[in-house]
Amino acid sequence: MANLQMPLLEKSAIQWWEPVVWLLAFSAPWAFPHHALIINEIAIVALFAVSLDLVLGYSGIVSLGHASFLGFGAYTAALFAKWIHPDPLLGLVVGTAAASVLGALCSASILRGSDLTRLMVTLGMALILFELANKFDGLTGGSDGLQGVVMGPVLGRFEFDLMGQVAASYSMAVLLVLFFLARRLVHSPFGATLMAVRDNRLRAMAIGVPVSARLAVVYAIAAGVAGAAGALMAQTTGFASLDVFALERSADVMLILVIGGVGWLYGGVIGAVVFKLMHDVISSITPQYWTFWMGLFLVVLVMVGRERLFKPWTWMGRT
Amino acid sequence: MTADTVVLQTHGLVKRFGGITATDHVNLTITQGARHALIGPNGAGKTTLINLITGVLPQSEGRITLEGVDITDLAPHQRVHRGLVRTFQINQLFSGMTPLETLTMVVSQHRGLGARWWQALGQDTSVVERCGQLLEQFRLTDVMHQRTEQMPYGKRRLLEMAIALACEPRVLLLDEPVAGVPAGEREELLHTVSALSADVSVVLIEHDMDLVFEFAKRITVLVNGAVLTEGTPAEIAQDPQVKAVYLGHGEGAHV
Amino acid sequence: MTILFDGIAYGMLLFILAVGLSVTMGLMNFINLAHGAFAMVGGYLTVVLMQRFEVPFLVCLPLAFAGTALLGAVLERTLYRPMYRKPHLDQVLFSIGLAFMAVASVDYFVGSQQQIMQLPEWLKGRTELGTGTPWELGMGHYRLFIIAVCAALTVGLQYVLSATRFGSRLRASVDDPRVAAGMGINVNMVFAMTFAVGSGLAGLGGALGAEVLGLDPTFPLKFMVYFLIVVAVGGTSSITGPLLAALLLGVADVAGKYYLPKLGAFIVYCLMLAILMWRPQGLFVRQGGK
Repeated sequence: MANLQMPLLEKSAIQWWEPVVWLLAFSAPWAFPHHALIINEIAIVALFAVSLDLVLGYSGIVSLGHASFLGFGAYTAALFAKWIHPDPLLGLVVGTAAASVLGALCSASILRGSDLTRLMVTLGMALILFELANKFDGLTGGSDGLQGVVMGPVLGRFEFDLMGQVAASYSMAVLLVLFFLARRLVHSPFGATLMAVRDNRLRAMAIGVPVSARLAVVYAIAAGVAGAAGALMAQTTGFASLDVFALERSADVMLILVIGGVGWLYGGVIGAVVFKLMHDVISSITPQYWTFWMGLFLVVLVMVGRERLFKPWTWMGRT
Repeated sequence: MTADTVVLQTHGLVKRFGGITATDHVNLTITQGARHALIGPNGAGKTTLINLITGVLPQSEGRITLEGVDITDLAPHQRVHRGLVRTFQINQLFSGMTPLETLTMVVSQHRGLGARWWQALGQDTSVVERCGQLLEQFRLTDVMHQRTEQMPYGKRRLLEMAIALACEPRVLLLDEPVAGVPAGEREELLHTVSALSADVSVVLIEHDMDLVFEFAKRITVLVNGAVLTEGTPAEIAQDPQVKAVYLGHGEGAHV
Repeated sequence: MTILFDGIAYGMLLFILAVGLSVTMGLMNFINLAHGAFAMVGGYLTVVLMQRFEVPFLVCLPLAFAGTALLGAVLERTLYRPMYRKPHLDQVLFSIGLAFMAVASVDYFVGSQQQIMQLPEWLKGRTELGTGTPWELGMGHYRLFIIAVCAALTVGLQYVLSATRFGSRLRASVDDPRVAAGMGINVNMVFAMTFAVGSGLAGLGGALGAEVLGLDPTFPLKFMVYFLIVVAVGGTSSITGPLLAALLLGVADVAGKYYLPKLGAFIVYCLMLAILMWRPQGLFVRQGGK
């Protein structure tokens, strides 16, 4: 029944503009070498936002503590590079794996209770990790942060340069790979059951979806991706600090996702670009009052209606 | 009474909420191929009973067996895997998905493909074929690309049923399936249910007595959480106790 | 014992600060992360009144309540009301946005330094009881004052809830707004009044607490976590729940900081996590409650 399969498969088909956008993105650090550093930051934040989308957009789990995994990945990768092996890819794998494990362990806490409970539990997790990192300052450098992380060359060949071009390309490559894996995931039957759980958990159970198991798996995956973003952060800056666990991080990434559009992986990417650029522009006009404008933006955004403004995919006639 | 195979049985099922006993030592027996109706006045505990049987509510006492296997301690989704499927009195649908997506997802999940993350939804042709069959069977083909939240009520009720059937039930529990459905479509819906093979045993909760007597071969009457009586439609229609219960609430109470 | 005393004072203060949030959550099913901002407004209002207009402290308290309540009423009608039916995520974003705006505005207009609250003479000082014994109790007069005021307020709240018509209207609206409206209860009015009073109480708490907790523009964000803990652990279907939760939190925090200063806030967070995992609906929810 081709006429049934086509609409379904269309969703996961790669649109014409996608390769163009990615090609442009990859060439950016080389075309604009003075902006390579911020491009790197944008790629990392985009990855972080995409990981939150898996949890928030596709599974309906409201989390104010996603930075837990960002930070855990960052510190693990930093420590790995410092004490065990400076190879970036190895460190990336280790950071991602560690964050995944943490995610799997924490998933038990987000399964029950209301949205408020989940908010509190995720928030609490991030706060606890913050405190732990602070206390074990022998290992983590405490409030000074973990410094002196020197990375080896990527793939044994590309040294991290001062301009940050290699870093930006590296981060972008990781973003691309993980992005497309996530894409596969959300368009698969697994992804469909996640959305079912998000839309109607009771009914999802009633059709045989093992809700708790599914949520645990996606939470662990999202944690891993966030951990990868954290690892990239530590590796490309050579540094890991406590604010990686801070509430601001978790709140920022939620804002980014909302700006770009929840439930649409590109939302995280677009949100990251817009957010970072907005941040730069507004900070140069009124350096102290970024918080005010961000707050106002949020209020207006919600009042106008997130759905109406920021679901570009509905403009193109897709869900 | 012929010795039919028992497919679903509850043994002394009890549910208490604080001081209230919502389900009072209910022993229900459903045989293979049953067309069994569960009736009773509002608040009798019919939906609670369904919730207990499907595992959505934990019971205070008692046991449940499905095809001879004790399922009392199984999680709801595990009971679904064993063929115990229900529909909901109030539509429980997936608002953001279209019927095509919904049914493809349900069929995939049922066939054990729900955990597959690398294959796109809709790539498996047999899944899509089955989905197409269901869409036709429930006359949903014309709305299959509409998001559920935009569909008219009657169609949503059809989808509600389609989802349940997509799970290939062996025991199907229907909670007021035609509530709010326009008259013409009611017949269709019930006809679809009646036309199910004898492999599927159906338990129907309904208020519309005409439909109950038309459809059911056996009726259980539930009052205040306990079984008042049970029998064939003829027996129930003549039972003075049942009449008393219903006369008190108005003759042939319709929803 | 002093620790217990200090913990109770802290807990009662937290309760008054958080009770508005709890009722709002239970009544309007609205997660208001800007609640701390109302407390901050009360605190700053008091400081300004005392420093610029030399209003006596005791007079400032009811003024802080009234002022914040008024602000709450206005905001409820204009900004909050359209938000009730939105999903929780939207509410979180909206109220965080408001909180950010409040924080930044205060920072801009008043500056980011800590505000010093000048207590009247009769509230300063301590009374020591049983010095030298294990039951040694040092009661700061101000903390005693706080306990007294908060206890009176709690009793008052409980009375209003259980013995007045407004209270029964409120309880009916919490149980089921549609049915309540069907019975002729002006649910909008109940919401507005409750929100106003809840915000007013937060403002009062902010004024009372400025001396103990400190007052600067980061107040709403710093303490929001504590308020949320009180609400999440105490549940939203009664006021005794949050009261007990607040007391528990207050004592745990003070005791933790005293006995295990290395771990400090960490204990509180772990405790909260443990409680929420054990009882996701909160510790003190009545059976079958929301």
